Amino acid sequence: MRFRFTESAIDTEAARRELLDPGAGGYVSFEGWVRDHNEGLEVTRLEYEAFAELALKEGERIVADAVRRFPVKHALCIHRLGVLDLRDMAVWVGVSSAHRVEAFDACRFIIDQVKHRLPIWKKEHYRNGDSGWVNCERCAAGPRHSHDHDAAQFTVSAAPIAVIE
Amino acid sequence: VNDTGNTAPSGQSTAPSGPSTAPSGLNAAPVYGLILAGGSSTRMQRDKAALRYLGEPQLDRAFELASRHLTRVFVSVRPGQAADPTRAQHPLIVDSVAGEGPIVGIRSALAAFPSAAWLVMACDLPFLSAVALSQLLRERDAAALATAFMSAHDGLPEPLCAIWEPAAAAALASYQEAGGRCPRKFLIRHAARLLAPADPRALDNVNTPEEYAKALAAIEPAAIEPIVSGSNMQLKIQYYALMREQAGRSEETLETAAATPADLYGELAARHGFTLSRDQLKVAVNSEFSDWSRPLRAGDAVVFIPPVAGG
Repeated sequence: MRFRFTESAIDTEAARRELLDPGAGGYVSFEGWVRDHNEGLEVTRLEYEAFAELALKEGERIVADAVRRFPVKHALCIHRLGVLDLRDMAVWVGVSSAHRVEAFDACRFIIDQVKHRLPIWKKEHYRNGDSGWVNCERCAAGPRHSHDHDAAQFTVSAAPIAVIE
Repeated sequence: VNDTGNTAPSGQSTAPSGPSTAPSGLNAAPVYGLILAGGSSTRMQRDKAALRYLGEPQLDRAFELASRHLTRVFVSVRPGQAADPTRAQHPLIVDSVAGEGPIVGIRSALAAFPSAAWLVMACDLPFLSAVALSQLLRERDAAALATAFMSAHDGLPEPLCAIWEPAAAAALASYQEAGGRCPRKFLIRHAARLLAPADPRALDNVNTPEEYAKALAAIEPAAIEPIVSGSNMQLKIQYYALMREQAGRSEETLETAAATPADLYGELAARHGFTLSRDQLKVAVNSEFSDWSRPLRAGDAVVFIPPVAGG
């Protein structure tokens, strides 16, 4: 299994050992950590949730694809679920290969694909007591807000403000 | 890990042209939504926009319904109403032309975005449905000044659940200058494209406390009954993240006549008040990504996948 979830801290040392190979001349890893701010809001903790059945299959496909595509010796990705605090590790990707270039490329490919394709969601809890699902809530409102200036330029002169967003 | 690059599965299009304009040809104006909430509610004797169904002000219900079909939706208000709490939380178009009545609201919207067409909806249509809005958008005639439903009562056009095209702006201005105030008479005179409503009840408006009591009795029990209709099959729906919170459950088994995931989403969005539009979602059937038009079979397990944010 080259993609898996865990509900406890990721053991990177054990994970790294799974990638050892006499033919590997290099190893690259990526760790994603919980950071204290996002889009101007102070984040206090995160909550990860996944549609595990599909995410496991799709995650496995991503890692298998990377191993074949670059190619590298071994690759593994572990994603944490549940409530995470600042500085906790949310995701780990490791790749071993004969040469470093493929290892860097494959590692980058895996984390990018994991973020874009897997049915995993995170809820941010903010210092101000608010919370929101990333990419679902503020982003859903985004298209309306991001365009208020073009509305304003069509404002009719008879009223000081014709469009309020 | 918190970066929020555009990871929406299918992209969140901010372009005004979208599915809503496709049937009307390449040059049709994009359709925005306008919920009319500037009325004085004289007969109701209280603010109609704030009347609640299923615990929610009907203005919010109308806004959410429109938002499921249209990329941008505004609430039309008179100048003194912009700070009213029921209205202020929505994008507003404040009346900017002189006069009274719905024509002023429609003209103000046409003036604010001269290249957009407007799906204009009164806020007091508690039975207005996705079926009605889809029909209006699908059968829209962008070459007419407006596309409207025919009233089931008298066959006359219903101006307050209708699409008003950009070209109506000048004609409405002349009509109003000549002393006209009635949008229905305007539509009769200007040969709007008229549709026989697939869902006639959608156009029943609620003007008096008695009508409100009847509408409440019709809407509230209906909402707690399970969805049952014609040739049904049983499906299992699982909810995650925002969808789980909005549905108030992590899964349900239901009887439905929905033939595809797209139909099913329409049905469940109306039932649970989902805020995400279908183009923001992906769908999985039996734990594999699926097409929205794949035929559903009895026993299928369906998951609607909101924009993801792993890592």
